[in-house]
Amino acid sequence: MQTVSNKNRKLIIRLQDVERIYKVGVESIHALGGINLELYENEYVAVMGPSGSGKSTLMNVLGCLDRATSGSYELDGENTTKMTDASLARVRNERIGFVFQSFELLGQVSALKNVEMPLIYSKNGWWTRRKRALSVLERVGLGDRVKHKPNQLSGGEKQRVAIARALVCNPSILLADEPTGNLDSKTSDGILQLFDQLHQEGQTIILVTHEDYVSHHAKRIIHMKDGHICSDLSNNRDPRNNAVTQDRKPEEKV
Amino acid sequence: MKFVIQAPIAFIRLTYQSVYLALSQIWANKTRSILTTIGIVIGVASVTAVIAALTGLKAKVLTQVETLGTNSIFIQPRTPKTGPLQHASWWTIRFKPEHFDNLLEHCPSVSQFGRMTWVGNYTVSHREKSVENVTVRGTEPAVHKIDSRPVTIGRPLSVIDEMQVRQVCLIDPKLRNDLRLDRDCIGQSILISHNTFYIIGVLEPRPENAFGGGNQEQSEIFIPYKTSLKMQRYPFIMAIAESESAEVSDDALAEISFFLRKTRNIKPGEPDTFEVMSLQNALETFNKIALMVTMVAGGIVGISLLVGGVGIMNIMLVSVSERTREIGLRKAVGAKKTAILTQFLIEAIVLCFFGGLVGVGFGHLLTKALSSIPKIQLDMAYIPLWAIGLSFAFAGTVGIFFGMFPAIKAAKLDPIEALRHE
Ligand SMILES: Nc1ncnc2c1ncn2[C@@H]1O[C@H](COP(=O)(O)OP(=O)(O)O)[C@@H](O)[C@H]1O
Ligand SMILES: [Mg+2]
Repeated sequence: MQTVSNKNRKLIIRLQDVERIYKVGVESIHALGGINLELYENEYVAVMGPSGSGKSTLMNVLGCLDRATSGSYELDGENTTKMTDASLARVRNERIGFVFQSFELLGQVSALKNVEMPLIYSKNGWWTRRKRALSVLERVGLGDRVKHKPNQLSGGEKQRVAIARALVCNPSILLADEPTGNLDSKTSDGILQLFDQLHQEGQTIILVTHEDYVSHHAKRIIHMKDGHICSDLSNNRDPRNNAVTQDRKPEEKV
Repeated sequence: MKFVIQAPIAFIRLTYQSVYLALSQIWANKTRSILTTIGIVIGVASVTAVIAALTGLKAKVLTQVETLGTNSIFIQPRTPKTGPLQHASWWTIRFKPEHFDNLLEHCPSVSQFGRMTWVGNYTVSHREKSVENVTVRGTEPAVHKIDSRPVTIGRPLSVIDEMQVRQVCLIDPKLRNDLRLDRDCIGQSILISHNTFYIIGVLEPRPENAFGGGNQEQSEIFIPYKTSLKMQRYPFIMAIAESESAEVSDDALAEISFFLRKTRNIKPGEPDTFEVMSLQNALETFNKIALMVTMVAGGIVGISLLVGGVGIMNIMLVSVSERTREIGLRKAVGAKKTAILTQFLIEAIVLCFFGGLVGVGFGHLLTKALSSIPKIQLDMAYIPLWAIGLSFAFAGTVGIFFGMFPAIKAAKLDPIEALRHE
């Protein structure tokens, strides 16, 4: 079913034999051991797997924070493998929104300023920055908290600010590495509903989690182990009634 | 082409944002920023104060030289630094009146010339009143023209007074008051150590002198040169001359030296036993001293700026390591290396400029304080604009130089590692 719909969707990410090898002394650690992955517009993917399986490494490569040791990575049809550091920085700025487990907000400035921050590094004037930051804060439900500083916000609100910051440059893809890892389950639900909403608005999302109830919100679940993808399933379960209708995604050969 | 236009705009935007970020960072760490910049503050405050003092002193000297005339030349005996006469007494090397005979004919670049004697300090009296310790000088008429000290009442000494060796004198207003003479005292007589002299004029009070000359407490009397030789057989003689113009001032000095060596029988190779100095010369000497003071002060300031710079570097390194996660985050959302570098470099420069600003402020206060101290001739002290510019240039350079290393360190950080930093 998904294969059919993918035909007329735009391909956003294509990973081919992506390896990431860390050299620690004489040992080399295959954090990613040859990943092949294709991701289409408006997909909502959860990456799961035990600790140390390479989830964060994958996210860093996808987010252009890290380079693959070998293999190729195409984002929006552009091969990023040979890009300069400066070009990668521009890609991060324009195409990628990153949400971290520990929010990573600047403590001394307001929510608004935090959200405006990525726009400082793009070609936007002051007025556009303000307008876009305000509208995206509205979108994540914090229209009444723009002047608050991080220490005046709850954990869930902080993560909403961080999500707003990730969205402010209209990224092709939203990457979230354990976004609910520091939140209690009730607050997590709120954040997950926000992700659902963003997905419905057309946002492409990849999130990392090791909790099942989080992954149930995604439409596609990838399991990793030892740097490899061991299963790639579509998920048709409605997270609200938890009905189990999980079936294996058909193999896609390139 | 597009790049050519966009690059500077991007740079300006980056700079403006970095300044904004830097200011908010400095504001967030107020105490630390103030303590950090103390070195710069002291450096800049002292450099501006020293420059202000020197500028003021120079202005003062120049105005005084203007009243005296730059063409004036002073001639007096001086023991040489080398040769058999280096320990001679003033008596041995004194000028005799005949040393100067026919000087004007032999020195074509000299327009006027006059001898002056120091007769001694005498008690001067008029009726019951008497004043002790009055300096009596003999002067040829030309001296007053060169020295340009106007006579307010009466007339100056004349050639006829000189030729007839008259017992006449010029006095200053202080002496007139001390002796309780009338305001118009012309024609009245006073006693200078039992000799009767008639007053022919009253001089303007002597202007305050930067060279440490005029003693305001002591009164002066001027009598004709020849008359003074009669009072004191071996007086101390000096001379004042004036050159035709400023351009031939050096020629005039050379001619006078040559002439005096001949009349004083100084053999070739022997050093001069006198000094011929123009105000131009004195000014050059002053400038040399001023330059030396500036250089010494510059050295001290350099050291304090160096210390200040190391302080800046230290605090920037602390700032970079404290804000490692922030740097990681900025890189993750798309900040390029140059953006991070610029941010931290500008933070260092802004810190230094802030120090420079406070320093100029303190320098201004110091200058105000200096110029209000009486008797040290610094009332004309002020900070010239170029000194403020120089201070900021220095502060900026220190910022760039010492901020570069921490900024490069920040720019080089790996975003993933930085975000993992505790
Ligand atoms: N900077 C690094 N240097 C060396 N090894 C690393 C580094 N980062 C991650 N690894 C290793 O790579 C593997 C995958 O790590 P990671 O992607 O963080 O796992 P996950 O996020 O799934 O828990 C682990 O074995 C980890 O020890
Ligand atoms: Mg992880």
